[in-house]
Amino acid sequence: MSKVIDDNVQKIDVVVLGAGPAGVAAATIASEHGADVAIIDENISGGGQIYRAPPKEYETHDSFKSPESYEGDRQRNYLSNSKVKTYFNYRVWSISQELVVSTISANGLKSWRPKALILANGALERIIPFPGWTLPGVMGLAACTILLKSQFVLPGRSTVVAGCGPLLMSVAYAIVKAGGNVSAIVDLSSKSEWVRVFPKMLSRPDLLLQGMKWLWKLKNEGIKIYNGYTVTKSEKDNDRLAITIAPFNHSGVNTDPKFQKLVEGECLAIGHGLIPSTEITRLLKAKHKYDLLKGGWVPVIDDEFRTSIPNVFIAGDASGISGAFSAVHKGRIAGLSALRDLNMISLKESKHKINNERNLLNKTENFGQAAAYLMRSRPELIKTITAETIVCRCEDVFRAEIDETIVSGAVDMNQLKAWTRCGMGPCQGRTCADSIEAILTSVVGSRELAGQWTGRAPLRPIPIEQIIGDYSYSDIPIPESAPL
Amino acid sequence: MGCSTALHISRKKLKTVIIDSGALCREASGTNAGTLTLNMTRAALIPYAIKGWELWNSTEQWLYGDVGTISVNGLSLAFTEREEELLIKRAEARKAMGAPIEIVSSKKAQQLEPGLRQSVRSAAWCPKDGFTSAYLTGHAFRKVLNNEGVQIQEYFKVNKIDNENKYFLICNENGEFIKSKRIVLAGGVWLEYMLSLLNIFIPIKCLINQLIITERVEPVMKTVLSIANGLLSLKQFANGTVLIGGGWQGIGDTERGGVEAIPKNLVGNIRLACHTIPKLRFGRMARVWLGLEAETSDALPIIGNVPGFDDAYVIGSVHSGYTSGPYMGWLLSQFITGKEPDMPLFDPSRLLTQ
Repeated sequence: MSKVIDDNVQKIDVVVLGAGPAGVAAATIASEHGADVAIIDENISGGGQIYRAPPKEYETHDSFKSPESYEGDRQRNYLSNSKVKTYFNYRVWSISQELVVSTISANGLKSWRPKALILANGALERIIPFPGWTLPGVMGLAACTILLKSQFVLPGRSTVVAGCGPLLMSVAYAIVKAGGNVSAIVDLSSKSEWVRVFPKMLSRPDLLLQGMKWLWKLKNEGIKIYNGYTVTKSEKDNDRLAITIAPFNHSGVNTDPKFQKLVEGECLAIGHGLIPSTEITRLLKAKHKYDLLKGGWVPVIDDEFRTSIPNVFIAGDASGISGAFSAVHKGRIAGLSALRDLNMISLKESKHKINNERNLLNKTENFGQAAAYLMRSRPELIKTITAETIVCRCEDVFRAEIDETIVSGAVDMNQLKAWTRCGMGPCQGRTCADSIEAILTSVVGSRELAGQWTGRAPLRPIPIEQIIGDYSYSDIPIPESAPL
Repeated sequence: MGCSTALHISRKKLKTVIIDSGALCREASGTNAGTLTLNMTRAALIPYAIKGWELWNSTEQWLYGDVGTISVNGLSLAFTEREEELLIKRAEARKAMGAPIEIVSSKKAQQLEPGLRQSVRSAAWCPKDGFTSAYLTGHAFRKVLNNEGVQIQEYFKVNKIDNENKYFLICNENGEFIKSKRIVLAGGVWLEYMLSLLNIFIPIKCLINQLIITERVEPVMKTVLSIANGLLSLKQFANGTVLIGGGWQGIGDTERGGVEAIPKNLVGNIRLACHTIPKLRFGRMARVWLGLEAETSDALPIIGNVPGFDDAYVIGSVHSGYTSGPYMGWLLSQFITGKEPDMPLFDPSRLLTQ
């Protein structure tokens, strides 16, 4: 009989979940001050989404280098040269109220019991459904970034890039730089919105300059940029996609046919912003609040990145969308707070160092906040979710059914889930939760009233074979029988 | 339990309000495995479960809605000698109470359920088993209650029940109240709390049952399965997902609800399931949730007057009450309207601790 259940829960000072910029920063600073630290990430190496490394099997080529790939390599080296114990390709599937972190990997099950838990599990992409969003060739904007930057693969021969935020230009530029074709850029933000955030972006003149360089290059290629437009439909047109776009502003989507335009491409990369991932904080039953400019639901934190759960800290985009540069400072603050709470540094030292990081954070955060503003949830967008549009892709639930179910009395997210099966599929709501919350909110009045889906383990679907391992019938501990 | 009582009472022309601290049917009714089984029902409750099974299989006549009831063969299995002894004992007890249960050989069991592990020794076969999709219960009940004019008061957390002048004043934490001549307590694991609001003390145990559902897999089974010791509940829905239950305990209480699963107990439960249907090991565990189940000290229901009150009633703690719920609500509605119930009730006063 082989023991797959790891009864040995490994005690450790700190566990950091997520090896993106925030996680690496938190783990390394804690380790530098003497803490025994483990960092866990389900990916093959550190970097998170923004600095995602290419597969090890790829040969590197200078033309694929970019400021981001350099930064990513730098962070990965910094991590591997530190004393932090790294666990890549480990998938966290459950965290108990006592903070025991349970993982599954090719090596079986393994658990840790940390004194402090630092969450750096990042964000999800928001995509508001529209007719045709499930057609082949339609992909997320952030997903497209991963394809380009870490796999060096173009999404298609020609791409329409749509959505909002700096990612738009970043993806469009990356496609063009790689020799691909961008048919059009469809930006939710009007020009005046960009003007509004411009002052905040001035805090990072280097990034601003880079953005302007991208814009100039894209315009030079003759790529049409639509400001204040959103995609309302995508249809198959032989081997291409015919994409209808409509004007979008503060009053909402203008579906008057005479203002619609048609763009086309082999594929469509679309993303309506980033949402902090709350699956772990909901599982731990931390307090949350809805903060539009932070990306939506975020855990309630103090100014040293403690959540409402003792010994649980959070950093990076998971604590509120503000980008990769802010993530590093947030990670360091969370790491220092954890060290402080574990009595591994003095109050004086922690205050001093946290202060330094906070000053740096205040400087970098402006740009990130500008981006978050451009990427904020826009409630009016749910108009593009027509009655016949699928909202929950895992369970094939259409908008019409969701609307009817709300009318029939499901007025909170969990009852809605029970009556429609939305969120019960393998993605556990990662794709559809925000859209469904927005639909419900439009009826009940606020996100707070609509609520969130209860957080549950497993955080990811787990292969049964890996959980049960090898066993015999007599190994199964049978509790007392039911009464006759 | 509460919904079916309200429905039956309302049909007897009594003005009815149903109150829930949250949304309807989100606790035991909505989180249980939905098994309609005579094999796993206590012998004493078999006659009630048989009636309940009939009601779940004819929902178009009284619920006017669908909870996905499927009627299939049920098998309770024995893999060891000891389990065989237990199986025979349990089958006899249930048979004596009217359940159509028959002990069959390993060969017959495998004919009825080809997906079964071949080393099964014998089984108790009940052709009248089946299951529903428990999470659809609330939706169906809410519709019919609404249509019948029952006032539905959700998100109303009762914290006080005053008794004055022949009326009950049912108050919530916001100072709102509902005035009623009669009151029925149907709060499942919260019955102990509810009874205490009327100064009656009956201990009700709160079980925290773990349930596991897989992702969709190919058809691997076509019956409802359990094991002689009562610790497995296994079925596959039409959409391909497989539900694994059996009363393995997680962590939680009446204050916080279900808090978290105990990984060891998840593994034990799933191992039992895979031992029974070997093909299950190729699936993935998609979700785990917890359901709170009430149990009295003698594991039998409490249905009848709240001790000392003519106009206050209690119903619940049936332990496998999902099957008999619709029928027990009917019995109580008869009692409340002054008729002799078709089957005996279960006097709560037997459990008074003072």
